[in-house]
Amino acid sequence: MTIAVKFFASLREQVGTGEVELMPEQARSVAEVWSQATADQPMPANTLMAVNMDYVDAAHPVTDGDEVAFFPPVTGG
Amino acid sequence: MRIEVRDNLFDPFAEVSRYQQQHLPAGKYGATAVFVGSMRDFNQGDAVQQMTLEHYPGMTENYLRKIGEEAASRWDIIDSLIIHRVGEIRPDEPIVVVAVWSAHRGDAFEASRYLMEELKARAPFWKKETLHNGSRWVEKNTPAS
Repeated sequence: MTIAVKFFASLREQVGTGEVELMPEQARSVAEVWSQATADQPMPANTLMAVNMDYVDAAHPVTDGDEVAFFPPVTGG
Repeated sequence: MRIEVRDNLFDPFAEVSRYQQQHLPAGKYGATAVFVGSMRDFNQGDAVQQMTLEHYPGMTENYLRKIGEEAASRWDIIDSLIIHRVGEIRPDEPIVVVAVWSAHRGDAFEASRYLMEELKARAPFWKKETLHNGSRWVEKNTPAS
């Protein structure tokens, strides 16, 4: 299986893609997913992160089959 | 409780009225609190021509439901409805409607305020504004008061 990585809104434009797939051995934490998926671009300070559609922090572990998402502060409503 | 993310124009007041007629127990609710958020044609001193609302399909609905369940556990409410628009939106069109039904006004007011504030803080939606000279992402919410 793989780790599915998603980027939304301004982060999608900044990273240049909305979706990337990683092999599970490439990253053990959300922070490592960001580094691998963005070729070590700096992460904006206010970036929000989710694993399997729940908010987490950068140290949160990732495992095979996870969906990891990165996005800017939310502005709905 | 009903949660909906829609990509087309809706009439918030007709939606609330229809939901009330179809789902609320007649004679049991004494208070219906309704909040409607609509698109302005100005923001931060600039004229805004159009807006694009993006969301995270799946996570957005999950969080709207979670927020709705939290409100139902904290206040004595009978039912709630949240409809949120995504896609291309023009000024004066509704973006969101939140409605809460309760026996009494206190719970309806407070629960609807909670739903709206938590939606803005946690539900993954993002706004991009089209101005006359380009476009920009809205970086943060306006303070609540």
